[in-house]
Amino acid sequence: MKIRMHRANRVLDTLGAWLLGILWISPLFYSFWAAFHPPAYATHFDLLAPLTLHNFARAWAAAPFARYFLNTFLLVTMVLAAQLVLSTLAGYAFARLQFRGRDTLFMLVLLQLMVMPDILLVENYRTISWLGVRDTVFAIGLPYFASAFGIFLLRQTFKTVPRELEEAARVEGANPLQVLMKVFVPLARPVYVAYGLVSVSTHWNNFLWPLIITDSVNTRPLTVGLQVFSSTDQGIDWSVITAATLMSAAPLLVAFLLFQRQFVQSFMRAGIR
Amino acid sequence: MQTVYGWLLLLPAVVLLAAFTHYPALATLWHSLHSTPMGSRPSRFVGLDNYAALFDDNVFWQALRNNLVYALGTVPVSIALALAMALWVDGRLPGRGLLRMAYFTPTVLPMVAVANIWLFFYTPQYGLIAQAMHGLGLPDINWLGRRDTVLPALMVVGIWKESGFFMIFYLAALQAVPPSLREAAMLEGASRWQYLRRVLWPLLMPTTLFVLINALINAFRLVDHVVVMTHGGPDNASMLLLYYIYQVGFSFWDTGYAATLTVVLLAILCTIAAVKFRWLDRKTHYQ
Repeated sequence: MKIRMHRANRVLDTLGAWLLGILWISPLFYSFWAAFHPPAYATHFDLLAPLTLHNFARAWAAAPFARYFLNTFLLVTMVLAAQLVLSTLAGYAFARLQFRGRDTLFMLVLLQLMVMPDILLVENYRTISWLGVRDTVFAIGLPYFASAFGIFLLRQTFKTVPRELEEAARVEGANPLQVLMKVFVPLARPVYVAYGLVSVSTHWNNFLWPLIITDSVNTRPLTVGLQVFSSTDQGIDWSVITAATLMSAAPLLVAFLLFQRQFVQSFMRAGIR
Repeated sequence: MQTVYGWLLLLPAVVLLAAFTHYPALATLWHSLHSTPMGSRPSRFVGLDNYAALFDDNVFWQALRNNLVYALGTVPVSIALALAMALWVDGRLPGRGLLRMAYFTPTVLPMVAVANIWLFFYTPQYGLIAQAMHGLGLPDINWLGRRDTVLPALMVVGIWKESGFFMIFYLAALQAVPPSLREAAMLEGASRWQYLRRVLWPLLMPTTLFVLINALINAFRLVDHVVVMTHGGPDNASMLLLYYIYQVGFSFWDTGYAATLTVVLLAILCTIAAVKFRWLDRKTHYQ
């Protein structure tokens, strides 16, 4: 009796889990369908429909995708590099140095976890304009260079580094910066990878701030380029949109498929610590 | 010595945080007390006039109400689904790896991109849902064009986008639960449901709180799908606070009033933050 119930449970679990899974993946499946078939089949499904790459060619021709890719690539690289350097320095100071005002400063840093620059659109727009860098890739990234999340994450990690290691390096005559680079940074490698994945996917996908701060093709990232795409007046061409959508998401999607395990684990690590 | 060193290491991060978080937050408060500069007329101090306008602004109340409905509707469902997903892919189901991937994929896709796809799903007449409804002999509904269906339609997208992300946190928490607990519960003759409710749920409480806070913040922060799918319409039925700020600030260029709206959003986020600091972090970290 108990065993039979157990088995029934298992079947129900499997069914439920797969039903939800199919539901969750279906938007992606649909975009693959529409992108790889002629427009006539975008809204009706026929297993024998011919395959084509024409939609990708049309999408590529309809917008300066090469430029968008370059901008997005520059953006995520720049943001990640700045975040890693600044968070490392700050995380180390918070984790290991004793100085006046440390705890107050740390509270001020943590505030950014709630109030992200995305909320303060109008004032940040004003600041960026005042700096005279509006409509640049730099301006899209600048408000995110200092990341409370990164600082917090590295502080927690650096706190777990044994004091003995640090002291041994000191005895060898290393100065604090050398200790940081030779002892702390290598030990925190998995956290850097985790944080890097989270940061890259966040800024690859960021939309509202880049939409506001850019107004020329030369600075737009993929997300903003994609939006300009779908608001055409001559009716919506689903085949081209899905192709454009897949192209924009492709690098992240491919990375995710290749490193699925690392992705999931790094999100876990980045979130929980 | 350590003081100088500490401040030097923190200097770049603190300057940027001050410039793009603390200063703008205070400046927003200041500008909310001022009128918007118009052409030759400079901005002037108007006291609480903007707040009085807020009080009489139906769109603002609608956005606030919509945002609350959005949060109350999406957050519990996302959390429940996230927990179910985590329980499923933590167990020994066939195709566990594939399922994990399916659940998590929406998280890595840009919201703008998926909003485009959902836009097609919701399209009347030939959209995917319309076709399915048609096949079942049900009437055609213009999901994004009707006042009563547009917000739920956006909420579905929000839930779809977020629950796979929250699943990860539950998965991490579940993997930290010692298997002996389950065995003990089974020996005592506890049903699965009892085990879930009496053993797992209390153990997962810190995770639930953490996810809850994040989900709430996201509910007030994420508007990419509104920009792509509805522009707050029809008739402001899908207007959310941040989208309204964007519209007032960057379509109407009414910066004074946009600042006032931002203050409301900041107040909401600070309330959530206060709850977070009082409850959650006393138990988990920051010590």
